[in-house]
Amino acid sequence: MTEEIIIAGFGGQGVLSMGKILAYSGIMQDKEVSWMPSYGPEMRGGTANVTVIVSDERVCSPILNAFDTAVILNQQSLDKFEDKVKPGGYLLYDPNGITKKPTRKDIHIYSIEGAQLASDMGNSKVFNMIILGAFLKLRPIIDNKNVEEGLRHSLPERAHKDFPNTKKPLDWAAFFVFIRKRFPPRPSRP
Amino acid sequence: MGELKLMKGNEALAEAAIRCGADAYFGYPITPQSEVIEYLSEQNPYERTGMVVLQAESEVAAINMVYAAGAAGKRVMTSSSSPGVCLKQEGLAYIAGAEVPCVFADVVRGGPGLGTIQPSQADYFQNTKGGGNGDYHNIVLAPASVQEMADFVPLGFDMAFKYRMCVCILSDGAIGQMMEKVIMPEQKARMTEEEIKAKYPWALTGRKRGTEHRVITSLDLDSARMEEHNRHLQRKYAEVTANEVRYEMINCDDAEYVFVAYGSSARIAQKSVQLGRAAGLKVGLLRPITLWPYPTKAIESLIDKGVKGFLSVELSCGQMIEDVRLACNGRVKSEHFGRVGGIIHTPEEVLEAMKKQIIGE
Repeated sequence: MTEEIIIAGFGGQGVLSMGKILAYSGIMQDKEVSWMPSYGPEMRGGTANVTVIVSDERVCSPILNAFDTAVILNQQSLDKFEDKVKPGGYLLYDPNGITKKPTRKDIHIYSIEGAQLASDMGNSKVFNMIILGAFLKLRPIIDNKNVEEGLRHSLPERAHKDFPNTKKPLDWAAFFVFIRKRFPPRPSRP
Repeated sequence: MGELKLMKGNEALAEAAIRCGADAYFGYPITPQSEVIEYLSEQNPYERTGMVVLQAESEVAAINMVYAAGAAGKRVMTSSSSPGVCLKQEGLAYIAGAEVPCVFADVVRGGPGLGTIQPSQADYFQNTKGGGNGDYHNIVLAPASVQEMADFVPLGFDMAFKYRMCVCILSDGAIGQMMEKVIMPEQKARMTEEEIKAKYPWALTGRKRGTEHRVITSLDLDSARMEEHNRHLQRKYAEVTANEVRYEMINCDDAEYVFVAYGSSARIAQKSVQLGRAAGLKVGLLRPITLWPYPTKAIESLIDKGVKGFLSVELSCGQMIEDVRLACNGRVKSEHFGRVGGIIHTPEEVLEAMKKQIIGE
C-alpha cells in the first residue's frame, strides 16, 4: 500500500500540522512516511502545502507530481492540484471560498464544509481536524487507535488537556463527508 | 535500540549532535537550515550534556569559533546554507591547512548569490573541489534521508578525528525541511578533558611548565616545510580516498542504463528507476554517499559489467557530471539532467530525460 497525498491551502489553516498528524499516525501503524512541506515565502502567509506519503515500503521520492488524494482548502490550490490527481484518485475540498468548483469526471470528488462545521462548533482551530477526519473516512489507510496515538505524539504536551475536544471533530467529520459527495465514482472500465 | 521519532532533517542533525556527545555548536541562522540552531536553542543542550550552543555574530565568527574549539580537541559542529557557506570558506581553508577536525553541514539553497531559499545542489563544486584556497579537500557526505542526516553526524565526527580534517554534510533544502521517521541513538557522554588529552596528543589543551609547545596554524613561511606539509596532506587525502568511499547501488545488477544521483535527487531518481522498470527498461541507480572521495571505481565496475550509459541527475546545471565523465573516461555515454532555481525535477521527467538523452528512441 502506498498513499500519496497533497494537502494544500492557506498558511494558518493547519495544513502542515494536519500532515504531521497524518505522518505520525502512519508511524504508529508501522508504515514508512515522508512529510515534505512547501516552505519559505509560503510560511509567511499565502499558500501552504505539504506532500505526505504513507507506504508499506521505503518512500522513494518525497516530491511528487501526481497524487492519489488531494485535500484542497482554497481556490489557488484547487487550480494548481486538480489536474495532478491520478485518474481514479480522490479530491476532497472545502467549498468555503471556492468560486470555481472542480470539474474532472475521472476522479472521486467530495466536499466537506470544514470551515462551516468548525464555526458551528464554536472552535475554528479544529478546522483541520474535521478535514483530517473526512480524509480518513474516505481513505481509511490508518486505524483509529493509531490516529489517536499520532495525535498525541504530534500535539505539544500543553495541548493534551484539550485532547477530547480535538478528537471529537475528527470523528464527526466522518459523518458529514458522505452526505456532501458531489460525483458518484464512475464504474471502472474493463 | 534507539528512539523512534518523526523529525525534520535539520532537527535530526541537531539532535544527533547532542546525542553523539558533541561539545559545541556555533552557527548563524539562514533559511533553509535555521531549524538546526532553533532546535538546539530549544533543547537546552548545555543542561542535557554540557554542550555549548552559541549564535555567533556572523558566519565568519562561527567558523573561527569552530577552528578554535576543534584545535582544542573538542567535537564541534557548525551549519549554514549556501550564501553563509561562502562566508565560511576562509575559515574552512585555514581548518584544512591546520588539520583541525570538525563537522559542518551545508543545507544547500539555490544560487548564485542570495539566489533563492528553495532546494538546490548547485554547491557541489564549492564543497567537493575546494571553495577556499589551496590544495585541500573536505570529506563530503551526502545524506538522502532524515535518518542519514542523523547518522552522518557521529560518522562525520569519527572521520574528522581519524584524519584530522573537516567533514562536510552536504544536504539540501528538501532533505533539511522534510520530515521522516528516524531512529535516534542512545545518548553518548561527552569526552572529558583527560580523555581528550590522552587521545589527541596534538590538541591544544593548555601548556604546563616543562611540556612542549603545540602549535596549530596554517601558516609556515619556510618553503621546504610547507612543501612537505602539502605532501603530507596529499598522502592523507590518498588514504581517505582508499578507505572511505561510500555509495549505494539500487537495481544495478542487470542494469543497462544507470542514473547517478545523490541527496534528494537520488530519492527522485529511485522513483524513476521504479517507473522505468515497470515499463520494461533495465535502469538502475548509483547513489554516491561520499562525494569526495568520489566512487569513481563503482562507475568503472558498472561499465565493466556492461552498463551502456549514465545520466547524472542533479539540482544544478551540471556539476557532478564532471566526476561521472572522468570516471567514464569516454568509454560510454554520460549526460546531465537537472532543474534549477528551486524547481525540483519529477520522477517522470527524470525518466524521460534518460530515454531521450541516453537510451535514445
